[in-house]
Amino acid sequence: MNNLLGIYTMWYRDVLRFWHDKARMLSALLFPVFFLFMFGSGLQGSIGVMSGGINFTQFMYPGIIAMSVLMGSFMSGVSIVWDREFGFLKEVLVAPISRMSVALGRTLGSATVATIQGIMILVLAPFIGVSLTAGNVLALIPLTFLLAASMGSMGILLASRIKSTEAFQAIMQMLMFPMIFLSGVFFPMQNLPDWMNVLVKINPASYGVASIRQVILGTGTNSAFDLTLFGHAMTIWENIAVLAAFGLVMIMLAVWSFGRQE
Amino acid sequence: MSDPIIHVDNLVKKFGQLAAVDHISFDVAPGEIFGFLGPNGAGKTTTINILCTLARPTSGKASINGYDVVRQQNQVRHSIGLVFQDSSLDDRLTGLHNLKFHAMVYNVPAAVRAKRIEQVLNMVDLWDKRNNFVRTYSGGMKRRLELARGLLHYPKVLFLDEPTLGLDPQTRNHIWEYVLQLQKQEGTTVFLTTHYMDEAEKASRIAIIDHGKLVAMDTPAKLKSMVGKDIVTLRTADNRKAAEEIKTRYNAETRIDGDHLIFNVDNGEEFLPEFIKEFGIHIASISLRRPTLEDVFLKLTGREIREQEVGDSLSAQIRQSGRMRMH
Repeated sequence: MNNLLGIYTMWYRDVLRFWHDKARMLSALLFPVFFLFMFGSGLQGSIGVMSGGINFTQFMYPGIIAMSVLMGSFMSGVSIVWDREFGFLKEVLVAPISRMSVALGRTLGSATVATIQGIMILVLAPFIGVSLTAGNVLALIPLTFLLAASMGSMGILLASRIKSTEAFQAIMQMLMFPMIFLSGVFFPMQNLPDWMNVLVKINPASYGVASIRQVILGTGTNSAFDLTLFGHAMTIWENIAVLAAFGLVMIMLAVWSFGRQE
Repeated sequence: MSDPIIHVDNLVKKFGQLAAVDHISFDVAPGEIFGFLGPNGAGKTTTINILCTLARPTSGKASINGYDVVRQQNQVRHSIGLVFQDSSLDDRLTGLHNLKFHAMVYNVPAAVRAKRIEQVLNMVDLWDKRNNFVRTYSGGMKRRLELARGLLHYPKVLFLDEPTLGLDPQTRNHIWEYVLQLQKQEGTTVFLTTHYMDEAEKASRIAIIDHGKLVAMDTPAKLKSMVGKDIVTLRTADNRKAAEEIKTRYNAETRIDGDHLIFNVDNGEEFLPEFIKEFGIHIASISLRRPTLEDVFLKLTGREIREQEVGDSLSAQIRQSGRMRMH
């Protein structure tokens, strides 16, 4: 009971802060717009029509949603480091709620915010020429949430170990950019150099991007954009399973590590 | 003493070889204002962190409201309220939301929540500002909001860690009005650290800690009488001759401070009129003062408590401006 209350309170705070921060909401929508319409439209001409009659902007669209979710969920760690810097973490740590519920609540809170940021981008679908069914949207909500919670707990794990804001931000950028570039956001995962291929398969974000793309572009198995692991084309459920396994390990480590700090 | 609300028994906290807290023991009775003084690095903050369950003791025992600070952390946390030296507010939320959040975490029943929040906000005169974001508050307003938050769940023990550091005198007075009012009405125990000696005077008892050990613990009056005699400061036409005369006539050692002579006497109020009548050398000025807690502190720790303060508030300001840049 006490734990549930703690989780709910921490979740509530993250959502409330997001709701108050209209600038963050706006930038969560504008950032993808820049990528899709400036970057995407610019490259579209030289890339031409891709496999399945899809243009480059349409290809990139699910990836940009995943990227927004990734960047949003990394904020969970950043916000813990900020709270430490600004002192609010102390109020949380002396509160009569368990450390476990604090770590879980913050993971869920930042995952909720990241999911909202990702789902908001769905309003751009008509401008890109992607048609979505209600079923697609309903499938995307838990899927983006899973991606956000997995990545968010990794952020919290790091934040419980790395105490200075500067170090944390440096490490976050060193992790975030390779994870985004090597996840299939900007280019298909076929015909890559070997070293890159290995990194893509190790990168847990790849499975999130692949599954979101499978939902939005409706490309089932055997599509040119699917992720292949040991010669096997990953189905959406297999992608989700890999992501969920990664998320489970991360959240357990995050809870353990967060509980140990003084 | 009735059952102590804070009980500390042989508490030790070591960081590597260094004992930050070195076998200290004390009890605090319910409703007391307990002053906890010491130079920086003496072990004040470490002791408070242990009592608030933020740090684990190396050995020894401590309990608050009958709950052990290691084994019954949640009950201890329910029993205490804290006002930290550094802000611990969420400045991206409104004042009202900060309090709502606190009320939820501390399980203040939903039925009384709104009323309780209104009551504490009125007490610290922030009701009108409740919907403003905390980042727009002044330093004094933030501290008042923290105080309101610390009181929201009716804690048995209120920890005030330098509650008024860097605040203007008017705000300091206000904050003390609230604290004393609360202590009277609710019987809240107050555990106070401060660099301001006039604030320490408000304590019913004072403990002085230095190098991790308790060096004294008593009422302010008794501590001051420990330093002993009243202090006479005078300036004369010929200080050297005056010093000799004081030595021969009253058997008192004088010391020179600038162009003043200082010496100690018993019962200064009766001594002074006699002295002025009898003294052969022309007196330009003379004053008498009783020993202050400052003198007690100086005698026991060899350091002035104020020396520390300038450095403290300066580094606090630097941290503050560092934070401003972050936004």
